[in-house]
Amino acid sequence: MAAEGSSLQLLQENPCLVELLCHVLKPQGLSARVLSFSLRLAGVFAAQESCFQYLQQAELLPGLFGEAGPLGQAAWSAPTVRSGWIQGLRSLAQHPSALPFLADCGTLDTIFSLQGDSSLFVASAAGQLLVHILGLSLQGPAEGPPSPQACDWPVCAQKIVGHIEGSLRSMATPQVTQALNVLTTTFGHCHGPWMQVLWERLSPLVACLLQEDPLPAAHSLVDLLLSVARSPVLSSSDCGLWETLAQTLRRLSPAQAGPLALGILKLQDCPQALRAQAFGVLLQPLACVLTAADQAPGPPGLPEGTTGDSVTVDTLLSSKSACAGLLCQTLAHLELLQPLPQRPSPWPQAPLLGAAVTILRFCNGSAAPASDVGGRLCAILAGCVRVQRAALDFLGALAQETGPQELVTQVSAVLLEYLRSPDSSPTVLKKAFQATLRWLLSSPRAPGCCDLDPDTQLFLRELLPVLRKRLCSPCWEVRDSGLEFLTQVTRHWGGQAGFRHALLASEVPELAEQLLRDPESYVRASAVTAVGQLSSQGLHATAASPEQLGGQKESLLAELLHVLSTDSEGFPRRAAMQVFTEWLRDRHADVAEDTERFVARVLQAASRDLDWEVRAQGLELALVFLAQTLGQPSARCPYAVAAPQATPPGPLAQALRALSRVRLFEFAFRALFDCDRPVAQKSCDLLLFLRAQATPSGGLQEAEGSPDVVPVEAALQRWRAGEQGEPLGDLEPEAVLAVLRSLDLEGLRGALAESSDHVEKSPQSLLQDMLATVGVRGENQADCY
Amino acid sequence: MKLYCLSGHPTLPCNVLKFKSTTIMLDCGLDMTSTLNFLPLPLVQSPRLSNLPGWSLKDGNAFLDKELKECSGHVFVDSVPEFCLPETELIDLSTVDVILISNYHCMMALPYITEHTGFTGTVYATEPTVQIGRLLMEELVNFIERVPKAQSASLWKNKDIQRLLPSPLKDAVEVSTWRRCYTMQEVNSALSKIQLVGYSQKIELFGAVQVTPLSSGYALGSSNWIIQSHYEKVSYVSGSSLLTTHPQHLTAAVDTVHQSLVELPSGLGFWSKLVVVVFLFLFYLIFCRIIGRKRCLLSLPSSSFSQPMDQASLKNSDVLVLTGLTQIPTANPDGMVGEFCSNLALTVRNGGNVLVPCYPSGVIYDLLECLYQYIDSAGLSNIPFYFISPVANSSLEFSQIFAEWLCHNKQTKVYLPEPPFPHAELIQTNKLRHYPSIHGDFSNDFRQPCVVFTGHPSLRFGDVVHFMELWGKSSLNTVIFTEPDFSYLEALAPYQPLAMKCIYCPIDTRLNFIQVSKLLKEVQPLHVVCPEQYTQPPPAQSHRMDLMIDCQPPAMSYRRAEVLALPFKRLFEKIEIMPELADSLVPMEIKPGISLATVSAVLHTKDNKHVLQPPPRPAPPTSGKKRKRASEDIPDCKVLKPLLSGSIPVEQFVQTLEKHGFSDVKVEDTAKGHIVLLQEAETLIQIEEDSTHIICDNDEMLRVRLRDLVLKFLQKF
Repeated sequence: MAAEGSSLQLLQENPCLVELLCHVLKPQGLSARVLSFSLRLAGVFAAQESCFQYLQQAELLPGLFGEAGPLGQAAWSAPTVRSGWIQGLRSLAQHPSALPFLADCGTLDTIFSLQGDSSLFVASAAGQLLVHILGLSLQGPAEGPPSPQACDWPVCAQKIVGHIEGSLRSMATPQVTQALNVLTTTFGHCHGPWMQVLWERLSPLVACLLQEDPLPAAHSLVDLLLSVARSPVLSSSDCGLWETLAQTLRRLSPAQAGPLALGILKLQDCPQALRAQAFGVLLQPLACVLTAADQAPGPPGLPEGTTGDSVTVDTLLSSKSACAGLLCQTLAHLELLQPLPQRPSPWPQAPLLGAAVTILRFCNGSAAPASDVGGRLCAILAGCVRVQRAALDFLGALAQETGPQELVTQVSAVLLEYLRSPDSSPTVLKKAFQATLRWLLSSPRAPGCCDLDPDTQLFLRELLPVLRKRLCSPCWEVRDSGLEFLTQVTRHWGGQAGFRHALLASEVPELAEQLLRDPESYVRASAVTAVGQLSSQGLHATAASPEQLGGQKESLLAELLHVLSTDSEGFPRRAAMQVFTEWLRDRHADVAEDTERFVARVLQAASRDLDWEVRAQGLELALVFLAQTLGQPSARCPYAVAAPQATPPGPLAQALRALSRVRLFEFAFRALFDCDRPVAQKSCDLLLFLRAQATPSGGLQEAEGSPDVVPVEAALQRWRAGEQGEPLGDLEPEAVLAVLRSLDLEGLRGALAESSDHVEKSPQSLLQDMLATVGVRGENQADCY
Repeated sequence: MKLYCLSGHPTLPCNVLKFKSTTIMLDCGLDMTSTLNFLPLPLVQSPRLSNLPGWSLKDGNAFLDKELKECSGHVFVDSVPEFCLPETELIDLSTVDVILISNYHCMMALPYITEHTGFTGTVYATEPTVQIGRLLMEELVNFIERVPKAQSASLWKNKDIQRLLPSPLKDAVEVSTWRRCYTMQEVNSALSKIQLVGYSQKIELFGAVQVTPLSSGYALGSSNWIIQSHYEKVSYVSGSSLLTTHPQHLTAAVDTVHQSLVELPSGLGFWSKLVVVVFLFLFYLIFCRIIGRKRCLLSLPSSSFSQPMDQASLKNSDVLVLTGLTQIPTANPDGMVGEFCSNLALTVRNGGNVLVPCYPSGVIYDLLECLYQYIDSAGLSNIPFYFISPVANSSLEFSQIFAEWLCHNKQTKVYLPEPPFPHAELIQTNKLRHYPSIHGDFSNDFRQPCVVFTGHPSLRFGDVVHFMELWGKSSLNTVIFTEPDFSYLEALAPYQPLAMKCIYCPIDTRLNFIQVSKLLKEVQPLHVVCPEQYTQPPPAQSHRMDLMIDCQPPAMSYRRAEVLALPFKRLFEKIEIMPELADSLVPMEIKPGISLATVSAVLHTKDNKHVLQPPPRPAPPTSGKKRKRASEDIPDCKVLKPLLSGSIPVEQFVQTLEKHGFSDVKVEDTAKGHIVLLQEAETLIQIEEDSTHIICDNDEMLRVRLRDLVLKFLQKF
């Protein structure tokens, strides 16, 4: 209410509110929750200047938020009170007149101390509040550029900045961290011209921090510098920022410098020299790996100056966790950087590929480094699953560009090693499959023809036996990843003769079909998707034997229908629905034979399903069928744009009868009152589309006379009430159209678009709850607010 | 303390520890890799093997052609296979007091030791170890005795001739000591010398040391041993496994959830807390589901057979003898089980047969349990599994009855109407059938494609030889090696050329080097002793510095026929004081918390126990004869000089000297203390931590004066 009208008026009209606040001031055993609520409430009222003055006059605010307030009370030990106090102040600090209040009654000192509060929520909120107050106090009066002299600043700002300076000078990590966090948020959120003055004033202190050993709060320092660098006010001006960044890069340990280097490289405007330095820092761990593996003087291809320095080598060799942490971080950073337009150019693709391959070889013990560092690195990395996953991800990301043939061959070899190795953990295998897919799909086509190049075909011939073995793995995750890989590769290469030939010669399609009966539901789901994809591409196991063609084809459709109607888990059923939708959309041969029968069977199974996603997918399939029947070619999103063109009456009647035969209307109407909102929404959209498609012509209804809509509406009533009801049987299209016209579909769509708890949130619901509670308890103890 | 190393095989150890007047043999492993040099013993006449050409020297001399046969470029001895025994010459084995057995694989040389060396001691082992060890021995004897071979080759063992032979015969060590297999009679006699023990049972050896078996987590009844006296402790770790049944990650998850709840910020409201709790609970459920599935199909159940490894009791060891680590440090057992199942399914699916050469106990339980879960999912329900061994029935039944030796998980099953191991169900449903041999019922029931588990993993004897001959010619069939004890390439050598596929999936659940490193960090022994193979990377992977024991101080290594002096000295011995003697003592507090008393007593030593008894009162002088006898019995109790304690503060001492008229006193610091120099008197007073010497030139008066000054600073009692 305060947000919508005048708080002052509210207070004046309801003196009980002021009474409540006065009541709180009295030292008594109030519960912490009530106290906290009152503090927040006072803050909400005081957010309006007039009300603030009113409360000031009543001397309520110093009592609530000043030193005389709850600070001294025992209740202050409850975090909820401290949190309420901060939130109250946060609401209150909205107008310049609040600033003197904050400065005078010792509030700021309390906020400073709360930065180190034992409750993380309170500590964080205290920091945020300081940022807010600083912003409020500095943005108000300054019209021109603010004075660099602190004495000209508002008192609040002076106090806060003074506190920050003190914290930075203290060199104690907790204080420095708090100060840096406040500054980071400030530079991230505020963009006034005073930011530059603030930075000029504080940057010498930040520079002093860099001289410390050990460096306090290095992570927070990185955050601050990046926040400053991203600030449009500061990055465009020359205020020694770039020099500080360069100095920091030199000063930080390799693990700390990584995030800073990445941040610098992501900046839009940044001096080239600094970018080069940052890239060098980022590449250093990989340079170490390459040097360790080759014993060469320096890895070729990396930007000049990127050599593994001794600090990085020491970090890598210090412990397994440090080594894995640094390498994973580096690989993840480079993976993030790789697709960005502002990534360094030239991009050292070849050495990066080499490094990824070398790391993977260290991890599986197949590298034989000659150097001592390499040997130790190998011992540390052997079997390290974390690094394997990161390196495979990175290797996959590098597939967007190619590399020297020799290296690409090595990539294929190492991927095969990982896919083959019995020691690859299921998660590593999944990553290996993903990386392999990306490399396969990026492989060049043979010149002059559209088929796969010979190297890829060779690779495939080695890969498919591995895939075959993986599909027999006793570990379900492995079978699942194998099937996902099969689905993806078939989707992309189903038309390539080389791939088709190799796949059909392998045993993989048969195995995929057998996995439809896997005990693990995830695997069954993946198998359904894979088999569906294979079948779409004509690669289904039995498609190779023409004499069995008809019977076997039917059997796959029947098998998937069987999955849809009997599988005990939701995932395979959802997968089957998706396959059917795709088949219908692509006019798959099995479906095209008798589309109506197919749709009728699928919708019948879907309508009985307990899983809402299956029912929603059923509506998706219905929509595709609808679009195909009503002659709408672009079935992707037919109702999104303008009203579709109406279908002429003759074919329309025919189409509607077809829809009626497959019981699409009944399915859609039933779904309209589904207890799961997404299903009802989808059904609503479908019916709206149908109505828009069918009714503008108007001729149908007139020609046939007024249809009997009573049974339909009665059924709708029953479904709306949540009853199952009898099936409707064949519906007259005219009756359906009449019902469609009579339904307030737009209104329903609006209601469904509300959040799912909008009913519970409404005042009426609250009132009902309160009444119910009072009624049950018999006395008026309901906690109304 | 000495360690005599009788076997060079790191996983089949045989060491003798001399410790406090006891001689303890640690394990009694039999190296069977020698059998790889022999031709297989076919159960059914094999024309291929009997028609192999004899081997002749380069110059055409064919005098060895009766003993040595050539097959695909390899030369084999055509004789009854022989085994390489532990060293018998390094130490007189009749002096061995006890033999401690850690698991059934490490007792296969027992009959050779107990029956042929004059051994008169006792053997200690757990019940499952003995029973399963008996099965292994029975099977071995049966395999060899049922194919009698008239011919015995010994000519090739002549050192001069052996030099002329091709590798690996040329390089075989100690061939003259190789022996034929023992008989069942010897086995029974050897096993009768075994005394059964339970985990944590303390066994006193002659009052000198105490030995205790601890669960090692590797196999049914497998144990590590602690050998300790009052002040010294030696741990013997042999064949241990850390794969635990209790999913610790799950417990950890529960702990995390619990911890998170405890640590929820108190500023959160009730609803926020509820949301967090619900979220954590869901996360926990998902986690359980994932882990549960993983455990169900991925992890090796073998770990779940035996009780988990007892690590805590190994702490505070002076010496830890570490043997029996995994033989395949680069292979992860779970991955290998996956590989095994995948290859098995692929072969059978294509109509081929699978042969799994294995021992009749151990890894086979793992494989059967994995297959039990796997066959239905892989659509292999109709494929028969055959387990052929003379002891197959006993093995399958024994495993079900050792309830107290099983892990908690399996123990609980013993009290349910379902057997602890699922192979019982496989047998009930007729999916797994077992036969003593290929003869008899098996030939009636046999149908293909099938999976056959049979011995011996060396492929030199047992029913496996028949299946190698039968299935070797077809590329549809596969032999899958799961036992890590033999090189599969060497095992296959006499069957070349071979068309059948060979898959090597060695499954070894014993400790790997990462686990050893963690174990050593936790247990922190003062010294580690291990076979030399563990102190360097494997020869084939010399760059893998992670595949060796890395500890501080570096591990001491041993090799066959070496004697190691273990690097610690015994400093203390426990002595009991009789109560009446203790009563008579009058302790004097020399500084807070420390009291001393002088003791005059008779030290009585018997059965390695030492007791201080009160000295007998001097008998009243009666007759001269008696007195003489009494004085012989009673040791002389001289009046003792008072004992001194304390330290001499040099500065104060110098001041005292000066006060007593010594001038020109100089003090020099030395490495051990100080020298006070009285230049005038030409006298030195050397003050060290535990002694003070006055060195003066024949001036006894001066010495006594100085001594008295020194004594002023010390306490006497």
